[in-house]
Amino acid sequence: MRKVLRQVAFYAGLLAIWELVVLLKLWPPYLFPTPYSVFESLRSGFSDHSFWIGIGVSMKRVAIGYAISCVLGVALGFLTAYSRFLSETLGRLLVSLQSIPSICWLPVAILWFGLTEKAILFVVVMGSLLAITISVESGLRSIPKIYPMAGQNLGASGWKLIIHVLLPASLPHLISGLKQGWAFAWRSLISGEMIFVTLGLGQLLMMGRDLNDISQVFAVMLLIIALGWLIDAIFFRGMERALRRRWGFATT
Amino acid sequence: MAALIEIPSSVLGERKIEVQGITKEYVNGRERMLALQPIDLEVRRGEFLCIVGPSGCGKSTLLHIIAGLDKPSAGSILIDGQPTNGPGPDRILIFQELGLFPWLNVRENVEFGLKMKGMPRKERKERARHFIQLVHLSQFENNYIHQLSGGMKQRVSLARALALKPGVLLMDEPFTALDAQTRDRLHDELERIWAETGQTIIFVTHNVREAVRLGDRVIVMSYRPGRIKREFAIELERSRSLEDPEVTLKAKEILFELRSEIDKAVLAEYSHA
Repeated sequence: MRKVLRQVAFYAGLLAIWELVVLLKLWPPYLFPTPYSVFESLRSGFSDHSFWIGIGVSMKRVAIGYAISCVLGVALGFLTAYSRFLSETLGRLLVSLQSIPSICWLPVAILWFGLTEKAILFVVVMGSLLAITISVESGLRSIPKIYPMAGQNLGASGWKLIIHVLLPASLPHLISGLKQGWAFAWRSLISGEMIFVTLGLGQLLMMGRDLNDISQVFAVMLLIIALGWLIDAIFFRGMERALRRRWGFATT
Repeated sequence: MAALIEIPSSVLGERKIEVQGITKEYVNGRERMLALQPIDLEVRRGEFLCIVGPSGCGKSTLLHIIAGLDKPSAGSILIDGQPTNGPGPDRILIFQELGLFPWLNVRENVEFGLKMKGMPRKERKERARHFIQLVHLSQFENNYIHQLSGGMKQRVSLARALALKPGVLLMDEPFTALDAQTRDRLHDELERIWAETGQTIIFVTHNVREAVRLGDRVIVMSYRPGRIKREFAIELERSRSLEDPEVTLKAKEILFELRSEIDKAVLAEYSHA
């Protein structure tokens, strides 16, 4: 409860400082909006449905792209963790590819897929796949040897060993990898949408710029933050809590 | 040097485990390290055999080989006269670090082996309950592993092995990390469960008194390469206690045999440092 109070106080303070800066008139209002005008912008965006549509389109894209990344990433993670050849070749390549900002894949995507949904999905997948693959691999590598050994001893082998021992044993790493992958997917999507003009939150952001509407820019940025946080809170925080209850990590 | 064998008449049953000419050699580039010299060993049905030796004598390796979790360089392991190949539910190893699964609760851990066998849910739940009761953990069947004390974890691990009704239990220094009271209680419980279930047990320890407390027979292994140096029959009446003067006396006799091997191990360790 006190934690909530502290957080409320913090954000109230932040709003107050914002309002104060506006009152000081350091910048003209078309460069620095008031909290109220951002709120108005949010209200009108939702009431004319443009924000709802933007959220819907963006969420659908990120859901598809992220799902593809998860499936491919877990599979690639397993392959690179258990094949020496693949880890020395593909594994190294993936690590070096990770230094490419995901938006760099956009030119490739547009040349390959044209201005289609596929291009934007490609950017999302390339943005999040590597992070997931790498953390699945390191998760599997860091499983204490005793678990697969105990599993074999009790009659698990092949697929049964993977499903009932290796996957659950790597779960702490897996979840943090999926969480990281989610953050990457969301960022890649928004940056992709900003350049690649079709519906979606990224496009609403650029539209705000084109219209010289700083309030809309702020409003859409708030939306992007809120949605990223919401998904993290709903899915990943819950999974981490369940994990802690079972494994008994120190609670934070 | 032939091992002096004294088989006590009380354990003259049929052969359960036969270890035939097992050797283990580790090759690291050009270096070769002989961990186990040919080991021959027979364990009779229902026997409680303890193996003692200095660290590095290969006693854990031998246990892993019998369990099928490690491959010998030569030799074979027979259970009930049948050669083994890889791990099997007829012999379960209890590891020193236990290897209980933190993502499963106590009952699910005990059910694990049964689930791998494909036993129907209801049947394995009943079987797990029975063995959880046998180790007095019924109240804790829904707890997760991190919520249990060291002694309780040992008992879960025992129940998980027993649930498969293996016939052979292989125990690798299971009680080393426990406090003295917990260990004493677990000795009593293990002895009771052994009597009730008729398991054949090979129990590896570096604690000679523990070996005398529990075993029908105690084998002393030599420092690298590991081989059987001598066997002792323990014909003291059960149930024994670590504090019994007879136990202490017998332990002294065995320790005398073991001492020189421990000295060799210590010497080797220092010369490496």
